[in-house]
Amino acid sequence: MDAPEAPLPPVIYTMENKPIVTCAGDQNLFTSIYPTLSQQLPREPMEWRRSYGRAPKMIHLESNFVQFKEELLPKDGNKALLTFPFLHIYWTECCDTEVYKATVKDDLTKWQNVLKAHSSVDWLIVVVENDAKKKNKTNILPRTSIVDKIRNDFCNKQSDRCVVLSDPLKDSSRTQESWNAFLTKLRTSLLMSFTKNLGKFEDDMRTLREKRTEPGWSFCDYFMVQEELAFVFEMLQQFEDALVQYDELDALFSQYVVNFGAGDGANWLTFFCQPVKSWNGLILRKPIDMEKRELIQRQEATLLDLRSYLFSRQCTLLLFLQRPWEVAQRALELLHGCVQELKLLEVSVPPGALDCWVFLSCLEVLQRIEGCCDRAQIDSNIAHTVGLWSYATEKLKSLGYLCGLVSEKGPNSEDLNRIVDLLAGLGAERPETANTAQSPYKKLKEALSSVEAFEKHYLDLSHAAIEMHTSIGRLRSAKFVGKDLAEFYMRKKSPQKAEVYLQGALKNYLAEGWALPITHTRKQLAECQKHLGQTENYLQTSSLLASDHHLTEDERKHFCREILSFASRQTDSPGQKIVLPLHCFAQLRDLHFTPSNAVVHVGGVLSVEITLCSQMPMPVHVEQVAINVHFSIEKNNYRKTAEWLTKHKTSNGTINFPTETSPLPVPQNNLPALELYEMFERSPSDNSLNTTGIICKNVHMLLRRQESSTSLETSSGVALEDGAHVLKCSGVTLEPGANRITFRTQAREPGTYTLRQLCASVGPVRFVLPHLYPPVQYDVYSQEPQLRVEPLADSLLAGIPQKVKFTVTTGHYTVKNGDSLQLSNAEAMLILCHAENRAVIYSNTRAPVTGGESSVLGMTESHGKHKDTQKAGQCMATTDHKVSIDCPWSIYSTVIALTFSVPFRTTHSLLSAGTRKYIQVCVQNLSELDFELSDGHLVDPDSNADLRLVPLNAKSPQHIHSKQSVFFVWELKWTREPPPSLRCRFSVGSSPASGGRLSIPLKPYTYEFRVENFFTLYNVRAEILPPSGTEHCRTGSLCSLEVSITRLSDLLEVDKDEALTESDEYFSTKLMYEVVDNSSNWAVCGKSSGVISMPVAARATHRVHMEVMPLFAGYLPLPDVRLFKYLPHHSAHSSQLDADSWIESDGLSVDKHVDEQPDGGGGGRCRGSAHLASGGEHRGLPMPRLQALPPGQVFNASVGTQVLVIPSKDDHVLEVSVT
Amino acid sequence: MAVCVAVIAKENYPLYIRSAPTENELKFHYMVHTSLDVVDEKISAMGKALVDQRELYLGLLYPTEDYKVYGYVTNSKVKFVMVVDSSNTALRDNEIRSMFRKLHNSYTDVMCNPFYNPGDRIQSRAFDSTVTSMMIQVC
Repeated sequence: MDAPEAPLPPVIYTMENKPIVTCAGDQNLFTSIYPTLSQQLPREPMEWRRSYGRAPKMIHLESNFVQFKEELLPKDGNKALLTFPFLHIYWTECCDTEVYKATVKDDLTKWQNVLKAHSSVDWLIVVVENDAKKKNKTNILPRTSIVDKIRNDFCNKQSDRCVVLSDPLKDSSRTQESWNAFLTKLRTSLLMSFTKNLGKFEDDMRTLREKRTEPGWSFCDYFMVQEELAFVFEMLQQFEDALVQYDELDALFSQYVVNFGAGDGANWLTFFCQPVKSWNGLILRKPIDMEKRELIQRQEATLLDLRSYLFSRQCTLLLFLQRPWEVAQRALELLHGCVQELKLLEVSVPPGALDCWVFLSCLEVLQRIEGCCDRAQIDSNIAHTVGLWSYATEKLKSLGYLCGLVSEKGPNSEDLNRIVDLLAGLGAERPETANTAQSPYKKLKEALSSVEAFEKHYLDLSHAAIEMHTSIGRLRSAKFVGKDLAEFYMRKKSPQKAEVYLQGALKNYLAEGWALPITHTRKQLAECQKHLGQTENYLQTSSLLASDHHLTEDERKHFCREILSFASRQTDSPGQKIVLPLHCFAQLRDLHFTPSNAVVHVGGVLSVEITLCSQMPMPVHVEQVAINVHFSIEKNNYRKTAEWLTKHKTSNGTINFPTETSPLPVPQNNLPALELYEMFERSPSDNSLNTTGIICKNVHMLLRRQESSTSLETSSGVALEDGAHVLKCSGVTLEPGANRITFRTQAREPGTYTLRQLCASVGPVRFVLPHLYPPVQYDVYSQEPQLRVEPLADSLLAGIPQKVKFTVTTGHYTVKNGDSLQLSNAEAMLILCHAENRAVIYSNTRAPVTGGESSVLGMTESHGKHKDTQKAGQCMATTDHKVSIDCPWSIYSTVIALTFSVPFRTTHSLLSAGTRKYIQVCVQNLSELDFELSDGHLVDPDSNADLRLVPLNAKSPQHIHSKQSVFFVWELKWTREPPPSLRCRFSVGSSPASGGRLSIPLKPYTYEFRVENFFTLYNVRAEILPPSGTEHCRTGSLCSLEVSITRLSDLLEVDKDEALTESDEYFSTKLMYEVVDNSSNWAVCGKSSGVISMPVAARATHRVHMEVMPLFAGYLPLPDVRLFKYLPHHSAHSSQLDADSWIESDGLSVDKHVDEQPDGGGGGRCRGSAHLASGGEHRGLPMPRLQALPPGQVFNASVGTQVLVIPSKDDHVLEVSVT
Repeated sequence: MAVCVAVIAKENYPLYIRSAPTENELKFHYMVHTSLDVVDEKISAMGKALVDQRELYLGLLYPTEDYKVYGYVTNSKVKFVMVVDSSNTALRDNEIRSMFRKLHNSYTDVMCNPFYNPGDRIQSRAFDSTVTSMMIQVC
């Protein structure tokens, strides 16, 4: 009801504004309904369909109901929308026709006329019906009639313009229904009115905008019009739409400014170009800054006023829309934009005024945002606000510099005047912030009031900005603000505070390789360090700057001179050394050794030439250049031999050092390249490949921890090594660019010398290259004397004198007169010396090696020691003899093993003729030499008196050629029963056939052996008789084979074995005979083998008769008859045989053993092959065993006998076999 | 058009940086370096969302009073940064985009040069002239 009294001045607080609806008619009635109405109206949203294809919206309607007055209706041309009555309602309670006719109708007509006069078509008539009233007046007409009348009278075609509201104050369903219908009607009407009126308004507005090119057009007027629209949208809570209006205005204005810049100026714009006189910042705390609005309305606003107002409106709407971060972002754009626009429009601005405005505005925006967000929200959106913070910091800084608040002395009078002017431009503080302690206005005023206050505020802001940047990971920005802060501290003469920030920033730039910022920051740092008196750091920074190509020549020289002047000044105080890294002073390019293989012997001269590339802009005199050398005695002796060294060194002797790409050494890329090598590991025995792989040789370089602080700027990483071995070069002047420096040294101790550090001394300043990489080393060697003993021939033979060569490699040892080699030899080897002993000294030109040869005759006796290897058919047996030699250069004896080969191989065999026995010895010459054998003897070392050995040999000496054999035979005779075994020793003297006369007797060659079971026990005689009645055997006809086995002796020692059985002092032994014909000449018919019990008595004979059939004709040898001892099964014996031995014996068969018999001469061997297994099919069962009789015990009397076989007569094919 | 053009390696060291008013080179170096903060931020924000869309243009990195800094990142994380004078309002997003595209093409040519070692400073004359053409258009 409380309508605004007048549209002017419009106190507009849009939030409180609601669309105006006028009420005419019965005011009392409306008053009674109003509470319900105002409460019910916004309850339900209504869809608002929009023109121009804009999306429909659901809106909650509210209204401001005012009493109808004619003045409220807008006159023609009045564009005010806020005060525009969107709907007119006439309220009546009339139920009486009389009353209607008398008063209401007239009133309505009057109302309608007024509306018509103002061409307002948005109206509604509400008839309220009340049951209570009806009851009082019984004579009333049916209620519809009044409504009908009204409809008839006023709503000629729009009957819906008259609405009935029944019993509005009662609580009944009918009332509810009627209310709903009414409210819907009301909302619909309102929206229709909005659509119509706003559409019309927008059309008018557009028309106005199209006229902007006309001369009289005023932006401010248009601004007010469009803002009206914005207000209405805001009133309808359509903030988005409202914001669009302001954004359009913003864009329009910006476009004008841009066009103005391009020379297309609008007249109205010149007004905005008036000099800036007030710079009191944005005001965001009021929804509408009426002051500024009025200025715009009166066309007196400056650019800043307009922008401020526009932004404050945008800010308000954005905050309604819950988009505070957009406010921050837009604020930054606005501030930057305004500064640009003022520049573009060439508006005169007092110096510092804009800084003040920006500073205030930044803080105002920040405070406004803080006011509507909680802490957590702000913290998580620092990214949006940090720009404003740093902008404010920047502006405060420039204000400080402008007003002399940063200088040491404080502001002078001129500065003070400027401060006063700036403060004047701020005007008085706004009432809305007057009570706020931290208001931007107060802050600025305070900051400008004194040096201290400025510092406090500036530091606060800077720290806040740095902290925020850091917290969101904008380290570079943080460093940048930090650098400003450092600059500030430097101005305030507190370099210790500045240093941290400069170091921090520099580290960052170095890490990312930004050359210009590095140089600039270093320059600042140098100044800072100079003030701080950090001599070492300052000199280091200076050296870096002096070598920096981004600086001018003069600047570089300046820093170079700083170093030199320091160096010359400090010479009087010795001991104090300043250690600086070399790389910024000079760079080591390459290094060259002479001799080029970097190997010298003790006492030799080595020169090292290095190329140093001076980075200084002017010549620098260096007192001394030194290379520290690490000396190590190589463990591996072989490595020191001249041979190895010359083989393994790179030949050209030049080592190039990687040049640090001077401008941008990016640490990430600075890692050394992988040095990979193939690796093969072979097994020592057979050289087969065990493992293979790839080895990275510089793992220590690659895998070391990345230093978090690059040691470039800190000298602590450089340690000066003090070594005993130093290469020096004094008094060098390093010109800019490449310089060659040569070091000379005389090699002293043998070993490996590794170049470690390079150090250039300028006064007390040491420029040190802490590590030379790749590692460089040179070797000094000194060779140990060596002795080698070699035979002159291919190999040494035992038993004869031969020559051996002694080679002495003297190495570092100098042979003195009277030096001798003492040989201590084993007894078995004799050293034969010539009467005159000669030693020839050969000298090697390359290495001081002296070879001496002494002729020594060596011989060895080979008896007994040699191992007669069974398998070696043609290989000579060998024997080793050690010679221990005492050399004059060593306290230890050198032991040398000489290997002698035995030239002979000796075998023996036992031969029988019935009971007579012969021993045959075969000497085989395996060597390449011819020998003469003499005095062949065979003796029984036990000197058995009953035995005699009768030689049957040719006269000695006998000649034995290379690879040939000589046989010796003795008959063995005995008188009594011979022993089961006999030891024999064969000896023969040997001498080389061409050796000539020898001065000393040589020891004879001996061979010992043993003959066992040589006594013949059985005589086996076989005879083949042709069938009776025929003279000769014929092929295919059976002949009889008679075998007679005769015992030749009585019971002997050798018979006492398992086969022997005794009964009544009568002994017998079991034998098995077998007839085998290996040449398949005979077919044995019937049983070819059998077991016989042989009485152990002399001349006991057993005869066996068998049938055989010759298969061929001719003289056929008789089939073999073999005898075995038949050993009974012995339980104890068989149980000892485990499975393995059975398996082992599986391969053996009776036949096999019999085959071996003819050539098995050695008695000793016969015993070894004593046991025979029965056939494989008997395995596991207790079976009798067979044992072959030793060859000496059986004499086959019919060996070599042949029988004539005549071919069968009726055969057409004659087969003759001749053997 | 542009007052400063920079190509920055994946490891954030400059491969190429040139600014039109040479007397103020240092300022641009600082500016470009600082802008890497925002580039990093945008790349990491984009990391998940835009990786498939292949949007290389990062837009306005941050405005300063006098300059606008725009960014662009290649698939191999090489960054292009362009600084434009704020007063040059004629430059719209689209122009900036096309300038970046041109720059990218030229950069690709540099990379295709078998004698160019990736990671080295760009010294190509062709690339230089492309940059020059972008800078000259301003006056």
